[in-house]
Amino acid sequence: MPDSALPAEAVPVIPRGVRLHHDHVRDGWVLLAPERTIRLDPIGLAILRQIDGTASLGQIVATLAEAYDAAPEQITGDVDAFLQGLMERRILEVRP
Amino acid sequence: MTETLTAPEPTKSRRGIPAPIAMLAELTHRCPLSCPYCSNPLEMVRRDSELSTETWADVFRQAADLGVLQLHLSGGEPAARRDLVDLVRAARDAGLYTNLITSAIGLTQKRLAELDEAGLDHVQLSLQGTDAEMADRIGGYQGGFKRKMQAAQWIVEAGFPLTLNAVVHRQNLHQLPEAIEMAVQMKARRMEVAIVQFHGWAMLNRGAMMPTREQAQEAGRIVAEARERLKGTMVIDYVPADYHDDYPKRCMGGWGTTGLNITPDGLVLPCHAAQTIPSLTFDNVADRPLAEIWYEGAAFQAYRGTDWMQEPCRSCERRTVDFGGCRCQAMALAGDPAATDPVCIKSPLHHKVVEMAEAFSEDEETPLTYRVNA
Repeated sequence: MPDSALPAEAVPVIPRGVRLHHDHVRDGWVLLAPERTIRLDPIGLAILRQIDGTASLGQIVATLAEAYDAAPEQITGDVDAFLQGLMERRILEVRP
Repeated sequence: MTETLTAPEPTKSRRGIPAPIAMLAELTHRCPLSCPYCSNPLEMVRRDSELSTETWADVFRQAADLGVLQLHLSGGEPAARRDLVDLVRAARDAGLYTNLITSAIGLTQKRLAELDEAGLDHVQLSLQGTDAEMADRIGGYQGGFKRKMQAAQWIVEAGFPLTLNAVVHRQNLHQLPEAIEMAVQMKARRMEVAIVQFHGWAMLNRGAMMPTREQAQEAGRIVAEARERLKGTMVIDYVPADYHDDYPKRCMGGWGTTGLNITPDGLVLPCHAAQTIPSLTFDNVADRPLAEIWYEGAAFQAYRGTDWMQEPCRSCERRTVDFGGCRCQAMALAGDPAATDPVCIKSPLHHKVVEMAEAFSEDEETPLTYRVNA
């Protein structure tokens, strides 16, 4: 687990060279990156779909909490772990 | 090259055979460099036998339909193809993630802008050494290092994500820390550190390039330390020296399960060295649909799964972990492509590999044998 959580005002950005792709042969969504193919579960896909280069982490959590009728605190943990996992692998960046 | 999936292979496949994820397209065997560890076969395809732009475009579409997600454009030097920009465009139109594996010789700023416009996703740049003296000697091309460094700057300025691919061996392993530092300075997101794998031309250079056991272990320590220190800055993938390992590698992620390779003249191979196995026959994309070749082609069926295995593989608990290792290495070292990869500690030939690795690593006389173009 990462040492500290991302700040709510951080803006996640999908960098160049990373693309969301529908894999029609295996019927699912994947994230394509240099030498990596990451198969997405529905939660990962829902998070990535909220990343538009302007929405902050706080806004993304609020949107997902409403859409999934869940407590923002719980969503925050999921989103943070998912995003930091991608950041460690240089598949996602954040703007402070 | 590495492929990782975070979830188990999904269900849609033919008779239990998964669809391939990655395809290596060797666009040409021509190359301005003559690296002594080149993975191209000793007998190379001539320019006039290379597939046309249209045929490659069709192969890319067939690959995408078959389930390929990642396309690696390689060679030889892929920039030696005049139609490289058109090929990249065709690959992107087919929906493939497009990776250019290059020495950067032949890439100009103008050409990079065209590749950018055509949709190239990622560039993987090879590194022969961290200074001109080493790099130009290993690559066999005077002035190559300087041109490469210039091109690296253009690649990053154009905004392409960059992987630096350092092939290391006894002659340049002392430069590994500097190579990692160079990759960070270049703002590479990713680095591949590969200790030379002995196939193709490298087989002729075992005496000149085999690392010592101590060097191989030291390389592992350097990579582990750098990975920890650079977490979040740069990802490092590492290919260890297998002659010094106790267990073989899971070659190609398992024969006929993950990837395929197309030669410049259209042969479809389960791995880039498969032509060293004389008992195999290969289909050509000109004669048969790619999907049929993948699912039914004799070369792909030959070593799929575990039915072909002999002892000690057949009853080994690791048989579905490493699938007996590399078939080409079994051919080269044991003379039998269905044998246990002699790198394996359970192979009756393992002690010979250990002795051979030691003898090669102490060879101070054999000069480099450079690859020669067709």
